[in-house]
Amino acid sequence: MTMTTQIKTNRRDFLKIAATASGGLLLGFHFTGCESPQMKVITDEELLSQALPYNNFLSIAPDGHVVIFSPNPELGQNIKTSFPMIVAEELDADWSKVRVMQAFLDSEKYDRQVTGGSGAMPHSWERLRKAGATARRMLMEAAAKRLGVDVNSLTTATGEVLHKESGKKLGYGELAKEAASIAVPEDVALKNIKDFKIIGTPVKNVDNKAMFTGKPLYGLDIYREGMRHAMVQRPPFGMKIKSVDDSEAKAISGITDVVTFNDNVAVVGDSTWQVMKAKRKLKVEYEPINGELESTEFHNKKFDELLNGKDAKVMREDGNVQIAFKNAAKVIKSEYQCPFLSHSPMEPMNFFAHVREDGVELVGPTQTPDRAKAAAAEIAGFAPELVTVEMTRLGGGFGRRLRADFVEEAVHVSKLIKAPVKLIWSREDDNTGGAYRPAVKYRFEAALDANNTLIGYKLKGVGMNAGNTTRENNFPSGSVENLLIESIDYKSDITTNAWRAPITNFLAFAEQSFIDEVAEAAGKDPVQFRLELFDRAKSNPVGEIHYDVDRMRTVVEMAAEKSGWGKKQGVAQGFSVYFSHRSYVAQVAEVRMQQGNPVLEKIYAVTDCGIVVNPTGADQQVRGGMVDGMGHAMFTNMTIKDGMAQQKNFDSYRLIRMKEVPEIETHFVDNGIDPTGLGEPALPPTGGAISNAIYWATGKRLRNQPFIEQEELKEFKLGQRA
Amino acid sequence: MANYNLQINGKSHQVDVDDDTPLLWVLRDHLGLVGTKYSCGISQCGACTVHLNDNAVKSCTLPISAIGTDKVTTIEGLSADGDHPVQKAWEEIDVAQCGYCQAGQIMTAAALLKRTPNPSEEDVIEAMNGNICRCGTYHRIKEAVLLASSKTK
Repeated sequence: MTMTTQIKTNRRDFLKIAATASGGLLLGFHFTGCESPQMKVITDEELLSQALPYNNFLSIAPDGHVVIFSPNPELGQNIKTSFPMIVAEELDADWSKVRVMQAFLDSEKYDRQVTGGSGAMPHSWERLRKAGATARRMLMEAAAKRLGVDVNSLTTATGEVLHKESGKKLGYGELAKEAASIAVPEDVALKNIKDFKIIGTPVKNVDNKAMFTGKPLYGLDIYREGMRHAMVQRPPFGMKIKSVDDSEAKAISGITDVVTFNDNVAVVGDSTWQVMKAKRKLKVEYEPINGELESTEFHNKKFDELLNGKDAKVMREDGNVQIAFKNAAKVIKSEYQCPFLSHSPMEPMNFFAHVREDGVELVGPTQTPDRAKAAAAEIAGFAPELVTVEMTRLGGGFGRRLRADFVEEAVHVSKLIKAPVKLIWSREDDNTGGAYRPAVKYRFEAALDANNTLIGYKLKGVGMNAGNTTRENNFPSGSVENLLIESIDYKSDITTNAWRAPITNFLAFAEQSFIDEVAEAAGKDPVQFRLELFDRAKSNPVGEIHYDVDRMRTVVEMAAEKSGWGKKQGVAQGFSVYFSHRSYVAQVAEVRMQQGNPVLEKIYAVTDCGIVVNPTGADQQVRGGMVDGMGHAMFTNMTIKDGMAQQKNFDSYRLIRMKEVPEIETHFVDNGIDPTGLGEPALPPTGGAISNAIYWATGKRLRNQPFIEQEELKEFKLGQRA
Repeated sequence: MANYNLQINGKSHQVDVDDDTPLLWVLRDHLGLVGTKYSCGISQCGACTVHLNDNAVKSCTLPISAIGTDKVTTIEGLSADGDHPVQKAWEEIDVAQCGYCQAGQIMTAAALLKRTPNPSEEDVIEAMNGNICRCGTYHRIKEAVLLASSKTK
């Protein structure tokens, strides 16, 4: 017997919309994402004019097309494919007839139209299923009426309602009109996950063809009638404008305006190149807002001063660390440090804004359209209802586009020059413009008793505008009797922002490297040592913990098994495991010494993100997160001098390239648990797995990033294949 | 400002732009060919890769005045309907994440296969190393280039 789940429909989600669906038209060009090439291509506009709305997530056209609206910004996490898969699954749609459209910001229809924190999937899983299931039920009721049969005698499959007894079939398109007028059912049955036909299959990215043929999809691709181009020169951190000489900039052909707002100078003109040239001709003098300008040396001094000081905020305290460390047979103490990092999405920041007399039109790449809307309303002096936000595809985000600073700039400029504007940042603007991953330094201390049991653990973190630098209820909390976690936030001039897997993108590296140091001091195998700590957290947890010990243990055991942990000759293996953003990921890195140099050959990853909605997308997210994690851990540095980042472009700001990427093997735990997000969780463990493998290969313990610039590796060549 | 007659994707185009304007911005701002992307502006990342005759070049630092009668091919002109073997391989391997760099990756790969129809894995890595993908799709890019090569044999 098939089990079904009865779920009360949320009225607000499913109030039918009377007007034609208005979400979704992007740039006026549309490709047929999921359709077979034989099908006659119908434009989005034509399709929308025929399709009948069933709820905020889907409409069905009489020709059988199903339009599915994807409400969240798409930046490469593949939500624009995986969300519609969930709706289509419960609808029992024919995927080849599904047309996916990006919904624009509409807080009446949708909630949490945000891309961040790997949170979209857990947030929307149930409501997307209900959207599909509700429409399916309406189609079945319409079919029952038409055929004069009981609705319970009907089933559905790939876009058709079936009446088994008579062998009659009705396509969703044939039923589209009648079904759309049926009262929205309150209670709908959801499928048993064992009956999934679309979820769990590798469905290709719905924008593939548009991306691979160069169609306009991204913010930078926006061109409108009468639109001007604008770029902004911003002050170094800790400085303000003293004087502006724009005479040479204005003399460049095509430049129409130079305007100043909030210590920013904007150059506006007819084309991007003219604006780029003119911006270089600006002569802006700056002066410090107060006193000393910040530098990397300054930050290093602050880190040590604050780590040695007494002003830390206690985030968690279990037992008594003082006594534990006094009674310890062995104490291990280490410090780990990371630099600021730019997000560096391939598409630089940009936004289109048109401040009109009756409202503001915004179009562009943002992870937080609601924030863009609120900011624009305030700057332009309009009620928020008078601001519209269309989300384009994002050429990467990594957290940078959670901020609305570049939207605000576009609105300021449009308002000042009274014309539509596309404001763009150069790569140099992007690298020097702040909102960085914060620089952080950690001090770890561990106490082992005479039996090499971990009896005390201390972590103290200092961050530059990092907020809480710790994750105090994450592992190893719960597994150590005496524990103290402290954090200090230094208010720096350097602006920071969430950066893919905020805090844990470095904390996980530091912690998992330190755990290896402690395991070695205890004379234990790194995997065995972690498993013993899980045993303690499971059988007799100390205080509150925010991770599921069994799920943690499963990924660790599976990673050890898949990688042949401890059974390989001639290759050093490094272990790491981390829980973040509701998912669990364990990794094993393999480093082989070749001609005297450590070569990173391979990394295994085992991920528990619950149900894998789209295996091809999930593999991408895990791989991508790992490549991101390894690239920044190994190669990327940002240093600050006189309140300015010194690495301004990709010639000095080194991003990982194809040559440096090892083989990656991904595995997923199959446990049927509701899915969690994958945009972030695979990144945090990677740096630790690599540093641990390098240690076991070379005897050199890496505690600072990027690895390639550390004294410990000076005698080696790292990062190139042999 | 000067008048230039350009051969792009098999068609003649007249533009009136500053002599130092990079080809990238002529394509994007003046001809509406936005598939070629801006990312670094200093020939470091390859997002702006186009073909000049049959060679992959970075259009962000190539001034319009240097092009002359050379034939320019952009992602829009690589094939009639996205059916170049490289584009098809990209679809089959489902290469993209954010997708922003992929037009440049595809153009670099297509030029490689024109020059070296049967590249080794090392040839692919060498040729593709000038194109950055911030999402980290490198494994699939490599796989797709090798697939395209096997299909054109």
